[in-house]
Amino acid sequence: MYKDYYIFSNGKISRKENTIYFEDKEENKKPIPIEQIERLHFFGEIDLNTKFIGLISQYDIILNFYNYYGYYIGSYLPRKKNVSGLLIVKQSEGYIFHEKRLFFAKCFVESAVFHILRNLRNYKGKTDEVIKEIEEEKQNIFKAREIDELMGIEGRIRKRYYESFSLFLNNDFGFSKREKRPPTDPLNALISFGNGMMYNTVLGEIYKTQLDPTISYLHEPSSKRFSLSLDIAEIFKPLIVDPVIFYLINNRMLKEDDFDIEEGICFLNDEGKKKFIKEYQNKLETTIKHRSLNRKVSYRTLIRLECYKIIKALIEDEPYKPLKAWW
Amino acid sequence: MDFDFEKYKTQGIKVNYYYICKRKLWLYDKGICFEKNFDRVLQGKILHKNAFQREEHKDMLIDEMIKIDIVSADHIKEIKISSKMKNPDIMQLLYYLFYLKQLGISKKGTINYVKEKKVVEVELTEEDEKEIKSALINIRQILMMKKPPEIKKLPYCKKCAYYEFCYAKEVD
Repeated sequence: MYKDYYIFSNGKISRKENTIYFEDKEENKKPIPIEQIERLHFFGEIDLNTKFIGLISQYDIILNFYNYYGYYIGSYLPRKKNVSGLLIVKQSEGYIFHEKRLFFAKCFVESAVFHILRNLRNYKGKTDEVIKEIEEEKQNIFKAREIDELMGIEGRIRKRYYESFSLFLNNDFGFSKREKRPPTDPLNALISFGNGMMYNTVLGEIYKTQLDPTISYLHEPSSKRFSLSLDIAEIFKPLIVDPVIFYLINNRMLKEDDFDIEEGICFLNDEGKKKFIKEYQNKLETTIKHRSLNRKVSYRTLIRLECYKIIKALIEDEPYKPLKAWW
Repeated sequence: MDFDFEKYKTQGIKVNYYYICKRKLWLYDKGICFEKNFDRVLQGKILHKNAFQREEHKDMLIDEMIKIDIVSADHIKEIKISSKMKNPDIMQLLYYLFYLKQLGISKKGTINYVKEKKVVEVELTEEDEKEIKSALINIRQILMMKKPPEIKKLPYCKKCAYYEFCYAKEVD
């Protein structure tokens, strides 16, 4: 069983034979058995060396780095050993041919909106109005002819969705609208942090397949980010991140003092991050019975299965049908 | 029959996969493969490393194409984890024997199911040669296909590293 390890303290990380040790400033040494790591997340300041990089590369472990505010800085990805030239050609074809690109982009938005509505239906009575509005806007997805149009529709739906949070959260921390750069209130900080985690989780799953994370359909392929991860994350943000946020707030597990505000930037402090990550991990590991596989799969595995379905569509094996949570 | 071996020669694993699943063969050839994160494959690797440690000629790469587990004076040996896929294993070994014959080397072979302490002796007959030739021709045809062969439900699908890939779909 592979796991994600999160390190919040400052310190250094070293290797001794097949074990990795984390040593904090007080010289407390903690071993992390390498066979059990899938990804390492560094939230603190960490010293590390090439001997360590060498070992984790052998085991295909991904390193993710975050800054002081918990924002994702970047990753170290070991050299990829499973590549498929054919698939990259097909993936590019999917971008170049407008109809193909538009189809994938619509699928991602359609699935995202499906999961958004699924969340809102959990708070019936409070959200009827917004559900109706989103359902109307949703019809435009199928009519859209351009990616910009689709992005516009998605943006409007998301705006309405976020605005409705205060209707069913028992503490909205003074939230009024979505603000990203930078978040200035706790709920925005939480959404940003959660979406960042999702981006990383999806990237990790893409990395296990032969898909190239830079070639994307809804988002413009970008040189700054792995935009395919953003595409697929659209599907999973409302399915995984948002329910975790609702759960933490409505059960009063996250409170004002789990957030800090510095120079107008609001962010989760270490305690807050730990609370979020714990629930987020629980969610990822939750299993459901998969209908076509006829076996139990975790939410995390669902992300990889989504990659598989995209691959199958690209190699003209099976048309793509996005996930729509059925349980 | 005139058979241009140079045109048809391929890796041993592809002959093995040809007898297991044509779709797996196609996907593997295109680099869309899933062996890496699969426990059973890892098991095989470890077994491979530990078996026959005293043998001199292990993992011989021949003609930069086929990799034979063990080569001794009159035998070649293949190490396999379980005898569940006996026929594909035998065909793979027969292919190696056939390959060596094209290079003017004549040997016999054994498949060693180390965990089961079982050894299967294999000798190349004329009949086998015919079978191998037609398999090689078919393999080439499959690999030239523009898209993967369709799923064919087989009793061992559920244990395959490609299972989730093949069977993940949305049910209405």
